Amino acid sequence: MKISKKHFYLLIWVIAFALFIAMPSLVSDSRLKILGKCLSLGIVALGIDLSWGYTGLLSLGQGIFFSLGGYAIAMFLQLNSLKEGIPEFFGLYGVRELPFFWEPFKSPIFTLISIWLIPGIVAGLIGFLVFRNRIKGVYFSILTQAALLVFFNFFNGQQKLINGTNGLPTPNTTLFGMMVGDPIMQKYFYYISGILVIVFYLFCKWLVSKRFGRILIGIRDDEPRVRFSGYNPVLFKTIIFVFAGCLAGISGALFTVQADLISPQYMRVPFSIEMVIWVAVGGRGTLIGAILGAFFIRLGESVVQGLIPGGWIFIQGGLFILVVTVLPEGIIGWINNGGPHNLLTRWGLIKRFIATYPSLEATKNKEV
Amino acid sequence: MDLFFDILFEGISIGSVLLIAALGLAIVFGLMGVINLAHGELIMVGAYSTFVTQLIFKQPFLKPFYGSYIIVSIFVAFIFSACVGILLERLIIRKLYGSPLETLLATWGVSLLLQQFVRSIPLAIGPGIIITFISGISIKNIVNTKFTNYAQKKYIDLSIWVFSVFLGIISTNSIALNISRLSRADSRNVDVTAPKWMRGPIEIFGETFPKTRLWIIFITLTSVIVVLIFLNLSEWGLRIRAVTQNRSMSECLGLSTKKVDTLTFALGSGLAGVAGVAVSLLGSVGPNVGQNYIVPCFMVVVLGGVGNLIGTVIASFGIGIMTDLIGAGRLISIWPDMPNALANIVNFFATTSMARVMIFTLIIVFLQFKPSGLFPQKGRMVES
Repeated sequence: MKISKKHFYLLIWVIAFALFIAMPSLVSDSRLKILGKCLSLGIVALGIDLSWGYTGLLSLGQGIFFSLGGYAIAMFLQLNSLKEGIPEFFGLYGVRELPFFWEPFKSPIFTLISIWLIPGIVAGLIGFLVFRNRIKGVYFSILTQAALLVFFNFFNGQQKLINGTNGLPTPNTTLFGMMVGDPIMQKYFYYISGILVIVFYLFCKWLVSKRFGRILIGIRDDEPRVRFSGYNPVLFKTIIFVFAGCLAGISGALFTVQADLISPQYMRVPFSIEMVIWVAVGGRGTLIGAILGAFFIRLGESVVQGLIPGGWIFIQGGLFILVVTVLPEGIIGWINNGGPHNLLTRWGLIKRFIATYPSLEATKNKEV
Repeated sequence: MDLFFDILFEGISIGSVLLIAALGLAIVFGLMGVINLAHGELIMVGAYSTFVTQLIFKQPFLKPFYGSYIIVSIFVAFIFSACVGILLERLIIRKLYGSPLETLLATWGVSLLLQQFVRSIPLAIGPGIIITFISGISIKNIVNTKFTNYAQKKYIDLSIWVFSVFLGIISTNSIALNISRLSRADSRNVDVTAPKWMRGPIEIFGETFPKTRLWIIFITLTSVIVVLIFLNLSEWGLRIRAVTQNRSMSECLGLSTKKVDTLTFALGSGLAGVAGVAVSLLGSVGPNVGQNYIVPCFMVVVLGGVGNLIGTVIASFGIGIMTDLIGAGRLISIWPDMPNALANIVNFFATTSMARVMIFTLIIVFLQFKPSGLFPQKGRMVES
């Protein structure tokens, strides 16, 4: 029996979903935590794929939004677990009163909104200002990186406001009467991460299948032409950048509760660029590639880091160079473009199919 | 008046470090349009080669000349970084001209590799690789003019490279045997101590200045002048300018743009190496030292206007003076009876990291009004 392509993909989806459901009973708690973290990073990768893969905006400052989301939830958890007074670490720096911006985080509803709204607003501000001046391409990347450094230095230097370099730990805080670091709680977070990844994936897929998605691709490929056709690229770019920022915030919040800590180290330059490589390896402009890239590279990192300390950076550096020079469309993009088939043909395992004129025409019109 | 000179000196001193670090980038990014995120690591290579030179000069047979090692190390750093730059350009960047975002990612990968290389591999291997590279290329260039027979050429090339590798291994070995610090991997920071004549204070017009800072300013200004002379008065400088202005036209007129690209990139990388010497004089040097410089360097180049060396000079001194004004809290000493609320804000930003926050925010705001920097290049393209 020959399985059609559609059924094949469906089968993969079903197997993946079943694995996802069954995973907590298959692996230990600490491993599950790693899996959950990798899943939550898939969300930020989705945002990067939308803004880079579809719209051509390579943001090297996604760490800002990621960490803002993380800080939002960590601040809420810190306050939530207190009976009265202020979090302990303030005592170390002689702070008596809660800084004013901590106040609203006492409310869980505000926190739930602020996890995505605050990164969204910051992304909107940065994005609008940059796009309005028609700063684009690498200049945009460098500016976002500069913005990242601004945020990093700010969060790193302000001990009295947000505990500076040490960051905000979460495992000993309480949520719904339970410790956040508790394995049962972690299991919930794992499921939430997985479900949100799927939900956002479907949403993004829907988004780019509409006219909206076409305009994004149009902006990536030829922005002046989009502008001359009567669309305002600034608006679309800002929207997509804000959306990517929101996704990063949500991802950061989920990551924080599973990583036990949010600290300025997640605003360091390397981490934000690493996010880009997940998308590049998985395949930009494919959405699923972004998720898989984030998941497996991060997973590989934790495995390799355990075996050979320091070895991961060699692999990571190699990945950057390799994916750019050899595999520019990423793994999923390579598969989608018939890469395995071409490879097998080159090795002589499949008979070469010589395209004649009408079929050439047909492949040209096919959407890539 | 005292205060004014203090601010000016401190500002120029901070600015000159920025300038020497950004000068190579101004050439690579500004003139060629290549985004080289490994620029910081080229600075690191320069700093480490200073360290290696220093250790070699501590050997008994070179001990009498120890005081002059820093001058030698400037040239060594220039050559080492330029070689790394040439390798980088030939192997990776050449394939990626015209796709800046890809270049950005690939060079970031290179920077990771270089950092990890310094951390986990004995430093003695570095000079070995460079010596192999230099001898291979130079012998090949000398020999190739004599032998033109293609059938022989293959074997001659092979034997040249075998000989060069042999030379590299010998030099690595001799360095590793004599200097134990270089013979094993060590990820700790290294310290370069300036020779005696560069240390200590000096008195000029009744003011005391640290000598090291003055020397860094001197090195910076000399390199800027040399680069300007090279670009504007020499034949190759003319070619570089021609290729950067109109690549296809100069190719039509018979310029080898590939050669010019390599040369430009080598020049930029070599200047990063000289910056490494300056950086190593400022404090201890680690594998991460380049990371601190890369974003500020890009900001300097963007602020000055891409493709404009004078803009880079002015921007870096401007940023230096602003950093000193904000970071050292000088505004209060300039205006002692400022209102309390304002004084609180000034104090809030009066640390090194917060000054950085302020400076970068100011630059981003500034770019809102002049998106292409202080001295923009004029063009009529819809894209620009």
